[in-house]
Amino acid sequence: MTTNSFFQITFYVAALLALVKPLGWYMAKVYENEPVILNRFLLPVETLIYRLCGVNPKEEMRWTDYALGLLVFNLLGALAVFALQRLQATLPFNPQNLPGVSPDSSFNTAVSFATNTNWQDYGGETTMSYLTQMLGLTVQNFASAATGMAVLAALIRGFIRRNMDTIGNFWVDLTRTVIYILMPLSLILALLLAGQGVVQTLKPYQTVPMVETVRYEQPKPGADGVALRDAAGEPVMETVEAKEQILAVGPAASQVAIKQLGTNGGGFFNVNSAHPLENPTPLSNFLEMLSILLIPGALCYTFGMMVGDTRQGWAILAAMTLVLVALIFVAVPAEQSGNPALTSLGIDQTASISQSGGNMEGKETRFGIANSALWAVATTAASNGSVNSMHDSFTPIGGMAPMWLMQLGEVIFGGVGSGLYGMIMFAIVAVFVSGLMIGRTPEYLGKKIEAYEMKMAAIVILIPPLLVLGGTALSVLTGAGKASVFNPGAHGFSEVLYALSSAGNNNGSAFAGLSANTPFYNTLLGMAMLFSRFWLIVPVLAIAGSLAAKKTVPAGPGTLPTHTPLFVVLLIGTVLMVGALTFVPALALGPVVEHLQMTGAK
Amino acid sequence: MIKHLKPAIILFVLLTLLTGVIYPAIVTGLAQLLFPYQAGGSIITDGRGNPAGSSLIGQHFSSPGHFWGRPSATAPLPYNAAASSGSNLGPTNPALIDAVKARILALKEADPGNKTPIPVDLITASASGLDPHISPAAADYQINRVAKARNMKLEQLRALIDANTEPRQWGFLGEPRVNVLALNQALDAIR
Repeated sequence: MTTNSFFQITFYVAALLALVKPLGWYMAKVYENEPVILNRFLLPVETLIYRLCGVNPKEEMRWTDYALGLLVFNLLGALAVFALQRLQATLPFNPQNLPGVSPDSSFNTAVSFATNTNWQDYGGETTMSYLTQMLGLTVQNFASAATGMAVLAALIRGFIRRNMDTIGNFWVDLTRTVIYILMPLSLILALLLAGQGVVQTLKPYQTVPMVETVRYEQPKPGADGVALRDAAGEPVMETVEAKEQILAVGPAASQVAIKQLGTNGGGFFNVNSAHPLENPTPLSNFLEMLSILLIPGALCYTFGMMVGDTRQGWAILAAMTLVLVALIFVAVPAEQSGNPALTSLGIDQTASISQSGGNMEGKETRFGIANSALWAVATTAASNGSVNSMHDSFTPIGGMAPMWLMQLGEVIFGGVGSGLYGMIMFAIVAVFVSGLMIGRTPEYLGKKIEAYEMKMAAIVILIPPLLVLGGTALSVLTGAGKASVFNPGAHGFSEVLYALSSAGNNNGSAFAGLSANTPFYNTLLGMAMLFSRFWLIVPVLAIAGSLAAKKTVPAGPGTLPTHTPLFVVLLIGTVLMVGALTFVPALALGPVVEHLQMTGAK
Repeated sequence: MIKHLKPAIILFVLLTLLTGVIYPAIVTGLAQLLFPYQAGGSIITDGRGNPAGSSLIGQHFSSPGHFWGRPSATAPLPYNAAASSGSNLGPTNPALIDAVKARILALKEADPGNKTPIPVDLITASASGLDPHISPAAADYQINRVAKARNMKLEQLRALIDANTEPRQWGFLGEPRVNVLALNQALDAIR
C-alpha cells in the first residue's frame, strides 16, 4: 500500500466522522419535530401535503398501523415502477425509443428499488427511458430511503417512551425525511457533481465523430432483420466500420446524488459510478463515496441525541468504524498486490509515481487501486451497492471483503435507517448474552429485554443468512442457476454467493459477470429482496411497539453500561460471531479456494 | 388497511411530483445554467465549432501513430459509449490471461524494440470500457513507437504528454492520468 493510499483513506474516514455530529444533530431535530432552519421555506409545503392527504400530523399510530401504512405505501411504489417500465415505449421522455421491459425484469427492478436494494439486472442506458429513470427510479430512491429512516425513528421512540401505545406517525416521518433531509442534501450534491462533469440533460444521446475509424464484426442481419445463420447454425458475421461514437447522456446528476445519499446504489448507466459521465473526477468520486456512509454514520449521533445520551450513539459508531477500517486494510492491500498470473507475463504491477499498479482489470485509471477498493468496502459496509470498479474482477481476497460485509447483515453503517436498526438488534442480542453471563435481566437504554424482544431480534438476524445460503444452494443445484455463471471454477460459485448475499441483505452490488436477467434469477433475487426488507421491518416495528409500552427501569449496579469500550468489543464480537459462523463454510468454497489456486499457480 | 389507502395514494402522488418532477427539473435547470458544458456531457468542439468527442469519454486507438488507451470490453465494438461495460473476467479466468497475452502481442508487434515491462493499465480492460485516461507510465511506454511513426522528437512528445496530464486533484485525490483523446487530437493538430 502506498503512502498516498494511506493518506486518502485517512482523509476519507476523518471527513466522514467530522460530519457525523452536525448532520446527526440536524436529523434529531427533524425527528423530534423541532423547528429547523429550512422550516421557513418548507413548512408551507409540509402543511399542504398533510392537508391534501387528510393526515393529522399530531395523531400518532400504534406499531401495527405504522407497519400497515408502510407496507401499503411501498407496495404502491413497486407497482408504479413496474407499470412505468412495462409502458415506457408509449410514454413521453423516451428519446431513444427504448421498448418496454420484460415482465420478470420489471418485477425484479420494481422490488429492487422499493426495497432500497437497487440490484440492477439491466443496463441503464440501453433499457430505461428518461421518464422511467426520473419518475420511477429516482422517486423510489427517495421513498425507500425515507422508509428505512422512518422505521429507525419509530424504533428510537420505542426506547424513549414509557407506557405508551404509539410510536409516531408514518406519513409525517416519511414526509419530513424527504423534504427536510434527503431533498436538500441531494440538491446540493447533484449540483456539486454536475460541476465536476456528471451529465444532467434531457437531450437525446449525442453523436460525435471518432478520430480513428473502428472496424468490428457483428452478426449479419437478413432481409427480415433476424441474424443470418450458416449451414452449421452459426451466425454469419460481417465486418462493419464505425466512424462515429454515440454518447449516452441523460438526467444523471439528480439521480446519482440520491442514489449515493440514500444507500440506494442503482446507477444511471450500466457500469454505475465507474462511468465517466456518472463519476468523472477524483473529487466527484470522493463526494459520492462520502455520501455513501454520511447518513448511516450521522444517524448514530441522532440516535444518541434522541435517547438522551450521545455516548450510546458514539459507541455504536465506534463499533461500525472499527470493522470498516479493518476491512479497508484487507481489501486495499489485496488489490494493490495485483494478479500473480500477470506478473509472470512480464507486466509491471508495481505502484510508482507514474502508475497506481495493482490489479487494474475492471478499474478506472483516475481512481486507481486505493479509491476503487475503498469504494468497494464503503458501498458494501453500507447497503449502498453502487460501484466504481467491477467487483467480479477483484482478487479473491479483495472481493471477499465486500462479500463478507454484506453477509454481516448490512449493520456496519448499513442502509440509511436500516443499518442502525439492524445494529440495535445486535445490541439487544449482545446485552442478552451478557445478561445470561452475569445472571441479571438484560436491559438496554432503560428497557428490560424480554422473551418477545429476543424472538423478534432473532428473526431479524436469522432471516438474511437463511435467504443467502438457501438461495445459493438452490441456484447451484439447478440448471437454470448454473447456466448464468460467467467465470469458471471457484470464482463462478463466488458469483452466485455474492448475488444472493447482495439481494438477501438489500445491498445491490454484484459480481456482474453473472447473467442475472433471467426468469430464474429475477424471481429468486426479487423474492430474496422482498423478504429481507419487509420481514425485517415488521419485527423491528413490533419491538418498537413493545418497548414503548414498557416502563423505564433506572440503571442499577447490575446494569451493563452500553457506552463503554467493553460494550463496543462485545457488540463487534456478536456481529462477527454470527457472520463468521454462518458464512465461513460458504466463503471457503469460493474466495478462499480461489485465493489458494491463484497464489499456488505462481 | 383501507383507512391507510387514501393517505398512501395521495402522499405517493405528491412525493412523486416533488422528487420525480420538481427535483430533477430544478437540478437540470440550475446545472444547465451554472455548468452548461459539464452538464451537457463535456462535449469538445473542433476549430470550426463542430463536436469532436467528449473530454470524459475515451475512443479506440490502434494505429502506431496514436497513443493507445485502456482495452475496452464494450460490445459490439470497443468504446461503445451507448452501452458501457467491463469485462467481469475473474483474476483466475484463463480467458483473462488469453486476452492479456493478445494485448501484449499487439503492443510488441507495433513496437518490436521495446523491452521495458508493460504498465498494467495498458493491458487490462477498464471498468466502464470508456476510460478516457491511461497512467503516465502507460503513455511513456508508447512514446518511442509514436515518435518513430510520426518522425517526432521525444522531447516534443514528452511536452505534449505533460500538457495533457492531469495531476492528482487537490494534490492528493485520485491518480495522475493522461487524457488519451486530448493527447491524440493535439498530435493530429501538429501535422
